[in-house]
Amino acid sequence: MSEHEHDHTHGSSLSEMDARTRALESLLVEAGLVDPDALDAIVEYYEHEVGPHRGARVVALAWTDEAFRERLLADATAAVASLGYAGRQGEHLVALECTPDLHHLVVCTLCSCYPWPVLGLPPVWYKSPAYRAKAVRDPRGVLADAGVTLPAHTAVRVWDSTAEVRYLVVPVRPAGTDGWSVEALADLVTRDAMIGMSVVDLPADRVDDPKDAPKDDHVAASSAPTATEG
Amino acid sequence: MDGVHDLGGMHGFGPVVLEEAEPVFHADWERRALALTLATGALGRWTIDRSRHVRESLPPALYLGSSYYEIWLRGLDRLLAESGLLDTGRAADIDDGLRPGAAPPAPAAVPWPTLRESLERGSPYDRDADAPARFAVGRRVRTLVMHPSGHTRLPRYARGKVGQVVAVRGAHVFPDRNAAPDAAGAARGSIRAQARPTSSPEWLYTVAFDGRELFGADADPTVTVTIDAFEPYLRPADAADVTADATDPADDADAADDVENRGTA
Repeated sequence: MSEHEHDHTHGSSLSEMDARTRALESLLVEAGLVDPDALDAIVEYYEHEVGPHRGARVVALAWTDEAFRERLLADATAAVASLGYAGRQGEHLVALECTPDLHHLVVCTLCSCYPWPVLGLPPVWYKSPAYRAKAVRDPRGVLADAGVTLPAHTAVRVWDSTAEVRYLVVPVRPAGTDGWSVEALADLVTRDAMIGMSVVDLPADRVDDPKDAPKDDHVAASSAPTATEG
Repeated sequence: MDGVHDLGGMHGFGPVVLEEAEPVFHADWERRALALTLATGALGRWTIDRSRHVRESLPPALYLGSSYYEIWLRGLDRLLAESGLLDTGRAADIDDGLRPGAAPPAPAAVPWPTLRESLERGSPYDRDADAPARFAVGRRVRTLVMHPSGHTRLPRYARGKVGQVVAVRGAHVFPDRNAAPDAAGAARGSIRAQARPTSSPEWLYTVAFDGRELFGADADPTVTVTIDAFEPYLRPADAADVTADATDPADDADAADDVENRGTA
């Protein structure tokens, strides 16, 4: 077992979970309760089709299209559905717009509620006892764990997802991005920023020379930071 | 239930550890655990609230010692057994005294096109309300002090606290009732009749609390915490009694019934 995998299985051996999962899958297939092809398709769907690239596009549109922003803040479920994003764990979406005076942070202290249709499956840290315990009591502390320091005057609002409402954070648009394309902006928006665990910054190599900012897909893609780490 | 899943505010878990360039899955069994959970969930034999309650009913040390997909997989053993679909022999991780009855007719595996449609449609939880919302935006409310042994979505750190309604989300399925074992089990006689799940709705509010109201005078004064709270969890802030008994019998008769029934799930 790699050290990495050990970190995430917390004391139960990887081989045990692997064996248990295989055994369960065999029994369910044998009983005709699951279709093996459907299992593969589910994995493909959540590993490659649904993910934070969707939420990043939503945020970039909100930054650039005032009418879309207003629709998103009024009814995020409908606004997001108009882009073709909808479904399980996103039936009742609410968008939370950050400002220099107010930062939003999303948590699920009771389990792992997360807006799947726009962010995909949650990262391990979001589901960890450490985050679920600390986020509501000490949000600046969890942000510090992520290397983020907010100005002292910025108020913090933590949203505990205790029902079926799912929250998407719209981060503050970074300065120096005037005139950027939706695609170039979306490349800046990280998964963690859409949970409120990060803020959106310009990559260091762009800060000093905003006039070089890409305005078409090709350039944006070739110089994109790692915006879709999920 | 007051389980270890209800983590909000606890100490001792250390810093949050983020992973650089984290993959969606860390092992192939996690892929299979997700897929099996969703594919069997689509058979319609349990509610999402039931699955949450089963997971939070894992023994505390096992829950805290398990990764999240491991929690899902252990919960799935239990859900399959109690619904009569499949007994893997591993369901004893969780035992609330209920036993599966005779196996119902086995449903057929859901094919991918149907599954995809269902994942993309989701399951909206809003319902038509039987009565108008009791609280409006701006209203100060106090959450109940209660410790039900069954499922609830009112976290411990936010019980008996005064906050303000900041949004009315509509009437939604009430998890505290909907988490009961499946109706098929009740029909087979293996499960108490009153424990049947019901999707009857309650008004849902987003309630904001000052961090100091929740965590004391030392808490960060710039922090506000919101929860999404169902109407039976709430009383007007000036109500004297924040236990399950309502203070205004005329106003609260229905809500009081709901609170009393909650523990049976």
